Amino acid sequence: MSSADTEEQEQQDAAVENDAAAEANAVRQEILDQLKAALGDAVVGEHIQGGDLWVRVNATDWRRAAEACKNAGFVYFDFLSGLDWMPSAPNPEDAETLSVEPEADADEAPDPEEAAEAEAEHEAEPQPSEAGTVAAFETAGGEPDSGWVTGVAGGETRFQVFARFHSPRRHIGVTVKADLDDESPAVASIHDIFYGAEWHERETWEMYGFVFEGHPDLRHIYLPGEFEGFPLRKDFPLLAREVKPWPGLVDVEDLPPAEEARQDAAINAAQEAEAGEGGS
Amino acid sequence: MAVTEQQRRAYVAAQAADARVNVELQTEDMVLNIGPQHPATHGTLRVVARLDGEQVVWADVVCGYMHRGYEKLTEVRTYPQITTLVNRIDWLSSFANEVPFILAAEKLMEIEAPPRAQYIRTILFELARIANITLFIGTMGADLGAITPVFYAFRDRERILNQIEAVTGGRFHPNFDRIGGLKDDLPRGWIDETKNAMVRVREFCDELEELLMGNEIFQARARGIGVIPADVGLAYGLSGANIRASGIDWDLRRDQDLPLAWKDLDWKVWTHPDGDSFARFWVRLQETREASKMVDQMLDGLPAGSIQAKVPRIIKVPAGEAWVHTENPLGEMGYYIVSQGGLGPFRCKIRSASFNNVSILPWVLRGTYVPDIITILASLYFILGDIDR
Repeated sequence: MSSADTEEQEQQDAAVENDAAAEANAVRQEILDQLKAALGDAVVGEHIQGGDLWVRVNATDWRRAAEACKNAGFVYFDFLSGLDWMPSAPNPEDAETLSVEPEADADEAPDPEEAAEAEAEHEAEPQPSEAGTVAAFETAGGEPDSGWVTGVAGGETRFQVFARFHSPRRHIGVTVKADLDDESPAVASIHDIFYGAEWHERETWEMYGFVFEGHPDLRHIYLPGEFEGFPLRKDFPLLAREVKPWPGLVDVEDLPPAEEARQDAAINAAQEAEAGEGGS
Repeated sequence: MAVTEQQRRAYVAAQAADARVNVELQTEDMVLNIGPQHPATHGTLRVVARLDGEQVVWADVVCGYMHRGYEKLTEVRTYPQITTLVNRIDWLSSFANEVPFILAAEKLMEIEAPPRAQYIRTILFELARIANITLFIGTMGADLGAITPVFYAFRDRERILNQIEAVTGGRFHPNFDRIGGLKDDLPRGWIDETKNAMVRVREFCDELEELLMGNEIFQARARGIGVIPADVGLAYGLSGANIRASGIDWDLRRDQDLPLAWKDLDWKVWTHPDGDSFARFWVRLQETREASKMVDQMLDGLPAGSIQAKVPRIIKVPAGEAWVHTENPLGEMGYYIVSQGGLGPFRCKIRSASFNNVSILPWVLRGTYVPDIITILASLYFILGDIDR
């Protein structure tokens, strides 16, 4: 088989894949239109990507959104939880450890060219974003709407509640998000629409401090009753990390060049063998 | 919401129970406390049931005795390190926990494992399922008073664990899945050994089918007990064999397009219309047998080639959000990963099957009798690590 044939085949495969993706996204667009028709102005954000659908609604219309989803066939309750978009640097040492060049490795390297190459590769890699986001947070002075990254379908506040519903008949899921107030995050409970939400709302309340209005029994589910604070908020310190930085970070250091070359050779050989089989 | 007849009766009965407790018996309460250290809870789950005679009028589930805060811990670890954590969620089928997490990270990185790695992943996934459900079949018998099945289950599960250990080096916590592929290839001679083990799995299923499912006492204690209608189950987020036993033909192995080997296989999704404890047991038994056939097919069709796609040395996942869920032995397990381009996830929501499966207990226990509590707990089948995370 000539290389032109394989190329053509690959193009065809890619076209088929694109078609499938486009079709999947078209189905989601249809569902989105349906939800928009039911909810009207309540939908403030939307996102369709990679066969998945996100809808952001006003917090005041949270219950209506859940009802609309259930009516649209999303009868299966996946989960409900919260998001805190406050940038975090749980381990400030992350950035420092990584920006230090592994000098010892360069000394040990048998081939200076290889070492230089490895070093260049290392530099070319973008540094972790933690340092950047922390700086952004500090300059922003805690204002949630300046420089905070708030994920797909957008967001204007620090806190978001999000839930996922699934249709076991159509095999499609939808993620619904709503922005909540920074000072007193509260939203209506949906426990009587999706019964499973009762426990998830208890969990979200204890982890994020979101109040679910109308919930029959908002009390701790995992943590002891006298626990104070909301552990999954980004400003809740993880005590173990405060005391001692995470020692596991050495794991992300570069391999010794000899070992890296050996692994690369093994992968390349396997891939060549595979390509050879496919082409013959 | 309208008050149902069942709820009204429960309320009246609870009031009556209170009145008796306070006035006639002069005791503080009539509460039956099961757990946290009770064999039927398979760990540290506590069920508090208020009884009217032998009948449960109100039940509450207390969990959190084993909460380890994995969602917080994932935020301070790198992606490759998180597999170590998620291994310990459902500890009877650890490998199956790693797969959706790795797939979610791969989805954001837009890479796909090579076909051989996909097959080996699926084989180990199904082996984990067999190891897990085998034990369920045994312990359900033990919970209902039949001692023999649990010995058979432990004996036959050992064969599966040996096979998992031969590949991964770990009996319970393989930590074998990597972003872009797997840690290692299969050892020599493993395929034949596994095929032998699969024959034994089917023998075990046949044996238990006769020994336990045909048993009159077992049937009497499981049939018609803890009936869950399909719509209620879905609203509670019940998944896996629990919802298939209520007649919902839904299996995430078949019903979504994942880069795993299930789509190439010839197999059947088993459902049962009854929705009772017996149906849940029956569906799981059929699934174990089906899984052993799937492993056979995959071993026959195992593609050659590499087991690792080319990935950067330092794994950084591009910013974005991804949700991947798979059909784990206990039900639907999913990870919602929010990445902001760092070394670890910004937020990782772990959706574990048992949490939702157990959240239906207050609903389903209401109005049942005390011995049935044990049957229902056993048939819903949960792993404590999967509830508490």
